Amino acid sequence: MSTFEYAPAPESRAILDLRASYGLFINGQFVSGNGTPFKTISPATEEVLAEISEANAADVDAAVRAARTAYTRVWSKLSGADRGKYLYRIARILQERSREFAVLETLDNGKPIKESRDVDVPVAAAHFFYHAGWADKLEYAVHGANPRPYGVVGQVIPWNFPLLMLSWKIAPALAAGNTVVLKPAETTPLTALLFAEVCQQADLPPGVVNIITGAGATGAALVEHPGIDKIAFTGSTGVGKAIARSIAGTRKKATLELGGKAANIIFDDAPIDQAIEGIINGIFFNQGHVCCAGSRLLVQESIADEVDARLKRRLKHLRLGDPLDKNTDVGAINSGAQLARITELVAAGEAEGAQRWDTGCPLPEKGFWFRPTVFTGVSQTHRIAQEEIFGPVVSVLTFRTPQEAVAKANNTPYGLSAGIWTEKGSRILWMADQLRAGVVWANTFNRFDPASPFGGYKESGYGREGGRQGLAGYIVTGKSA
Amino acid sequence: MSRVEVKKTYKLYIGGAFPRSESGRSYEVSDTKGRFLANAAKGSRKDGRDAVVAARKAQPGWAGATAYNRGQVLYRVAEIMESRKSQFVEEVRAAEGLTPARAGAVVDAAIDRWVWYAGWTDKYAQVLGSINPVAGPYFNISGPEATGVVAALAPQRSSLLGLVSVVAPIVVSGNSAVVLTSRDRPIPAITLAEALATSDVPGGVINLITGDPAEAAPWLASHRDVNALDLTGVAGTDLDWAQLEAAAAGNLKRVRRPALDGLTAIEEDWLPTPDLSRLESFLETKTVWHPKGR
Amino acid sequence: MSSAPIDTAVDATARARDFLGVTRLTNSALRGWLHGLPGVDHVGCDARAGDLGTRSIKNDAKLWAIDLAISMIDLTTLEGSDTAGKVRGLCAKALTPDASDLSTPRPAAVCVYGDMVPVAREALGTDSGVGIAAVATAFPSGRASMAVKLADTREAVAASANEIDMVIDRGAFLAGDYLTVFHQIADVKQACGPARLKVIMETGELVTYDNVRRASWLSMLAGGDFIKTSTGKVAPAATLPVTIVMLEAVRDWFALTGEMVGVKPAGGIRTSKEAIKFLVAVNEVAGEEWLDNKWFRFGASSLLNDLVLQRQRMKLGFYSGADYVTDDAPSLY
Repeated sequence: MSTFEYAPAPESRAILDLRASYGLFINGQFVSGNGTPFKTISPATEEVLAEISEANAADVDAAVRAARTAYTRVWSKLSGADRGKYLYRIARILQERSREFAVLETLDNGKPIKESRDVDVPVAAAHFFYHAGWADKLEYAVHGANPRPYGVVGQVIPWNFPLLMLSWKIAPALAAGNTVVLKPAETTPLTALLFAEVCQQADLPPGVVNIITGAGATGAALVEHPGIDKIAFTGSTGVGKAIARSIAGTRKKATLELGGKAANIIFDDAPIDQAIEGIINGIFFNQGHVCCAGSRLLVQESIADEVDARLKRRLKHLRLGDPLDKNTDVGAINSGAQLARITELVAAGEAEGAQRWDTGCPLPEKGFWFRPTVFTGVSQTHRIAQEEIFGPVVSVLTFRTPQEAVAKANNTPYGLSAGIWTEKGSRILWMADQLRAGVVWANTFNRFDPASPFGGYKESGYGREGGRQGLAGYIVTGKSA
Repeated sequence: MSRVEVKKTYKLYIGGAFPRSESGRSYEVSDTKGRFLANAAKGSRKDGRDAVVAARKAQPGWAGATAYNRGQVLYRVAEIMESRKSQFVEEVRAAEGLTPARAGAVVDAAIDRWVWYAGWTDKYAQVLGSINPVAGPYFNISGPEATGVVAALAPQRSSLLGLVSVVAPIVVSGNSAVVLTSRDRPIPAITLAEALATSDVPGGVINLITGDPAEAAPWLASHRDVNALDLTGVAGTDLDWAQLEAAAAGNLKRVRRPALDGLTAIEEDWLPTPDLSRLESFLETKTVWHPKGR
Repeated sequence: MSSAPIDTAVDATARARDFLGVTRLTNSALRGWLHGLPGVDHVGCDARAGDLGTRSIKNDAKLWAIDLAISMIDLTTLEGSDTAGKVRGLCAKALTPDASDLSTPRPAAVCVYGDMVPVAREALGTDSGVGIAAVATAFPSGRASMAVKLADTREAVAASANEIDMVIDRGAFLAGDYLTVFHQIADVKQACGPARLKVIMETGELVTYDNVRRASWLSMLAGGDFIKTSTGKVAPAATLPVTIVMLEAVRDWFALTGEMVGVKPAGGIRTSKEAIKFLVAVNEVAGEEWLDNKWFRFGASSLLNDLVLQRQRMKLGFYSGADYVTDDAPSLY
């Protein structure tokens, strides 16, 4: 061996006890769904992992009724302190079974094991731990009188961070005293179903958490069910709008965490090596399947060539391949459909005249893969600068002044996140004021924490998740209806 | 023979100016006994459009003003209203059919509401914001800021106190407002506009459109340059708030629903001191991270 | 790879003037240049180090890395209590790192005080492939006159040291007197003659990564062949983030000048696992060109035996123990 070729270092799958088929988790039990079962596959190999039940309208109704009964008879009668203790139990079990969850997440989602192991699973456990402590302190979380839960919450989550998004949804909902019916994405149901086992191990009262699987129709049935008091959704802006429309004129409330087209802004006085890492982390973390991904790189013109060279040199060290390999940096695209969308937008970028570059790394023969890709010479009007690609593709634009950077960053219907890289403190604060985005990362990117509110402006949705502000989204105040 | 009174022409209030409706129309406004009071400008869809342009233009400057400054400006509105109190009392009495004493109490409450909200400009961020103890070497802070341009339907019955109770919490945080006033009781709104114009509220921050809200409301609800929609004033109109909310979903406006009895919009009681919920309806939480290193 | 080192050594000042584009090399010119380098975000740099530390090096890659790491060691003893006997033991260990497996590579050099160079030379001979590095310039404090520092250097070179490990004047650096530091390095470099110069920045005393970056560039500008973290006498010594900042510096210096400069973390690296993290950093930050003991060294002593232990475990297929690895020079460094 003449160069440092890292030998394969695959994480073992032996820890998993995958079943051939999974039912729905309703009222504390796994039951068969009445819809048409579907298969979940590993996007890295296209191997079928398990058969999953589809919840039809009757199943959704059963789940909502179970949640309502659990709310009325059990959960709303428990003290906050006792609710909290259940959440602490769940947090601990997630920690105990962390490796199992990480392997399963990587298998079902295609994300690198180092991310599921070091980010998704530990942060999911942290969400339960953080919110557990809120359960008996709701009167400190909101300013209105008589704080209390909504009742039954319907939650629909995406495939990019399956367990983590589940924890973002379930932990605050339960802490506030709600019961939930949650639908994971159809391509990544497995960790949610394993979480159902965690609920059983924690002796969580039946019906407090119900997990139903299925695709868009199941989600729509849940959102439209009259027994739901509050919707929490993370996913595309298109579906978010449909949900907002469907609950118009009802008493249902919604928290929507939707798409983004974040600008990651690099000034000429940036800490350049960390900025390059921030760019990499911003767009290639989780294959770019991140709503807050720094997909529009805004570079000050005076350092554009330097950043381009440094970025491409760094990208060549990214290791794409087997998601279970501990050295993999870029895993598989989650589905064939997503790969098709990325491919289409990248073709559009080339057709519109932007210059495409990719790492040229070899791609595995089976599964869904896309090379880390950089577009330079991109204009605001190009589709790749406007539409959410949700893949490992960064569009590089340039600017000359802080004002221009702000104007370009804000020139989008989205407003989820933004990045600023400069060593000048006052400029950071000025920029942070000007940017119309719910999360601003200065000299860092893609950081998440249970204590830190997350959510967008404009068409990136409304409501927050995380922190006191996120919890408030699950609490009603004022006079009882 | 007594002197012939000089009657006022009532107009809209858009961008700090008092234009007639671009449609050239007006409509008769009567008191609660049906006696003619005046012709008010009948605002149109295009007046709504112009008001959104004015509101968008004014919003960054208003949000960018210091909280102390906004507080003084809103307090100034109370001062100006106080100086024109008798006019407000007379107009509210005529519009709402109240006794002079009752009308006086309502006007007092409206003035006091400005004072209450003026005091919030430099406090709500302290109350609603937070420093977040994240698990890492990062400074992390969340603060509320204005969502942008807010379109609002002002209450139909409470022509002044209700109007102020809707408008003030919108503008406290730096939003600008496009307000469709009470259809049948618009006169106090126009007088409020005169008070706003002679206080220091920058032109375009508050825009008041008289007329039938049914004309402009659907257009404001679907307008993509409007960030939030306050449906309070649908109570007592034929407007279907569900439809307006659905239209607002087009660009994911933040929607403040009307007070409800079942699913029917009702007008709330405006006299009690409000809580923070209206103010919170038109805020965004922004979270900023920065590493803590040497 | 490196270009004309002899010319550059002759007149470092003229070269620096050219490089900075100034007619006279002043402290303010140096200050402007060094403070114009991009800043280093402390937290981001630590995070990068943490991330590189999660690389999992297994099987063939691990064996290859262990051998490479052994070959990169400057096997060191730098104690007031050093004796000729201890240095001879160190040299014997360098010549035969694992008596049970003669295929084990030898370390790059032994590193000793100047007065021990003749002892080391006698023990190592001239064709063992193991070099002799001597610490000089009033190591470790550096608090002596230039005349003493230069004499210290010349004496070690005259005694056949192949490499000189000098310390910079941290006091001058922290006081912003970059010109003094520059001249001292350039003068020592000249005194080195054919010996390669390693410039010890004592990063634990520089404290900030911005300072480490500036000291690295200053050392390279003044003609250092290697930049080295630490004397081993100050904590923290060789940390991974600091080494990453230095690897970035040599990488960027090469991109700018075409000259390669080596990097030597020293002090505190005691296990194979840690050493392999450093090699991963070399590979992914500077590039594989630096994966050679001409361009990367570990200043260490106990590290060698841990590498040998790991090597035995890889070769034998079971765990070995300390009693199966010879230890001629037990040291805390």
